[in-house]
Amino acid sequence: MAEAGTWWALPAAPAMLLVFAVLAVAADAALDARNAGRRITAHTAVRPLLAVPRALLAQPRRLPAPDRLLWRAGVITVPVAAVLATLVIPFGNRVVADLSVGVVWFNAMEVLTWAGLWLAGWGPNAAFSLVGGYRFLALGLAYELPLMFALISAATGAESLRVTDIVGAQHGLWYAVWMPFAFVLYLAGVLAFSFLGPFAYPLGRDVADGVLGETSGVDRLLLQAGRWLWLAAGAAMAVPLFLGGGAGPGLPAWAWSLVKTLLVLAVLVWTLRRLPMLRADRYVELAWVVLLPLSVLQALVPALVSLTR
Amino acid sequence: MTFELLLVLAAGLFCTGLFGALSQQSIVMIMMGIELMIGGVIVAAADFWYFLAPAAGSGQVVIVAAVVAMAVEMAMGFAVTTAIYRARQVDMTDMAEDLKG
Amino acid sequence: MGTTSTVLLWVLGVLALVGGVLVFTLNSMARVTFALLGSLVCVGGVVTVLRLPYLGVVIVLMMVMEMVIMAVFMIAYMMNPAGLMPMSMLHNKRGSLVISGLVFAALVVGIFLVPWPDRTGARLEDTTFQVGMSLMGDQMLTMVTLGFVLLATMVGATVLATRRGRYDRFGDDLDQRPANDSAGGGVGR
Repeated sequence: MAEAGTWWALPAAPAMLLVFAVLAVAADAALDARNAGRRITAHTAVRPLLAVPRALLAQPRRLPAPDRLLWRAGVITVPVAAVLATLVIPFGNRVVADLSVGVVWFNAMEVLTWAGLWLAGWGPNAAFSLVGGYRFLALGLAYELPLMFALISAATGAESLRVTDIVGAQHGLWYAVWMPFAFVLYLAGVLAFSFLGPFAYPLGRDVADGVLGETSGVDRLLLQAGRWLWLAAGAAMAVPLFLGGGAGPGLPAWAWSLVKTLLVLAVLVWTLRRLPMLRADRYVELAWVVLLPLSVLQALVPALVSLTR
Repeated sequence: MTFELLLVLAAGLFCTGLFGALSQQSIVMIMMGIELMIGGVIVAAADFWYFLAPAAGSGQVVIVAAVVAMAVEMAMGFAVTTAIYRARQVDMTDMAEDLKG
Repeated sequence: MGTTSTVLLWVLGVLALVGGVLVFTLNSMARVTFALLGSLVCVGGVVTVLRLPYLGVVIVLMMVMEMVIMAVFMIAYMMNPAGLMPMSMLHNKRGSLVISGLVFAALVVGIFLVPWPDRTGARLEDTTFQVGMSLMGDQMLTMVTLGFVLLATMVGATVLATRRGRYDRFGDDLDQRPANDSAGGGVGR
């Protein structure tokens, strides 16, 4: 059903990802303003974007003996991996690269965040940054396996790793409906790999902003952009995996993709503000003792359905 | 020709790893050498599969086995390093040669 | 094999070798780990170009996770993790060079002298399906063995690496509930 990527799909995908990320940031700022009792105007919503020119003009902070090469590599990896992950996400009927192993590709790009964030913590040669990097690895060991099983559940249901096949296999019944647990785990994984909200542990206040603590200027901008780009990419991927992609009555496919992505994004932004920050040691035990067995059981459901089909 | 050159790449990776595994003192660095050697094995297996027997799925299973070997090697290596370091503060092979004949 | 594939193979191959050499020449342990990661990611790329996309991407995925965890141990066990004070940690360097050089020479001679057989059979369109059918079909025993090996590794590695046994957790009569753990954990304790 998906058409091969036309030339304009290649620049359009990152641009749309950026728009979604900016919308998420604006929504977050608007909710901030509401919580503070201020009036929500267009100005409050675009206010965080003023940080972009400020970061570009800021004088970089100098530190003794940083590992500049690895630091840069890590900081760049996080947003770039988010953009690369969107290549396999169909929007409406269009997809940039309809890889036969799209789900694995998305997962591999998401795992690149591990390397990126650890390097961003290692680079500045500062203790709290490195602690932040280690914290993300601890969280990663907890969230990654349930997330993988959530992805595998969707792939098993469609008997394909190609994302457009997964969309096609959901005719009539969304995977979110009959694999609700995988859907929830996936959304939790999205918050985790964008290290926002309850999973902001690597950037916790208690370690002086952790990974972000020593960054300044463009580095800081790239890392912050990476978080929100990942949130947007995760929301966009939830639509083909669990919400039937562009399928829906009346509207064209791209419009349904747009509506669903915005809805998932809104839910994620709302959720990440409602939950307290999770400590890695607590989440690891929860993930391995409760979530992982349940996610295996959840993956068993589509496997049995596929067998009897 | 690509077939032979890829095998040379595999041999190069294998021998670089072999040099590291033989010459390094630190247990962790030895494990990096072994990882590199297994990386060479993966290249060779993929090369053989592609150029000699692409119809055989078992050829791909060799790669799966090599990847599993990598994971097992690393997990057990770090577990042993942790155990020996905890017991005797040793992280170099030259300090753990009790059984040397 | 088209021109693009050949060029890609050359680039990835050279990068893999350079990364491999850097592993044993760099000083900083973090850089060493990520040089190895780069090398193995290139190996994954080579596998992908050889029409095994699933295995290639899985290798990339696994190596990233593995090397990042490895970096933690590198930093933990090496006395000079950032390479700020270069030092040699080698033994028997000449012997190792000779041995690995000889092995390499022997392998290369073998590669060019052996009369390799011609290609038999045609490649299936979906190689991912092929490996899946193989693992779930005639190679089922391999799959089961690998599964048990991994399980044994998980148990064995945990037992080796942990300092505390059940008597530390549950007391001398194994009747202490809840267990006396240093970290709280997240499941109701």
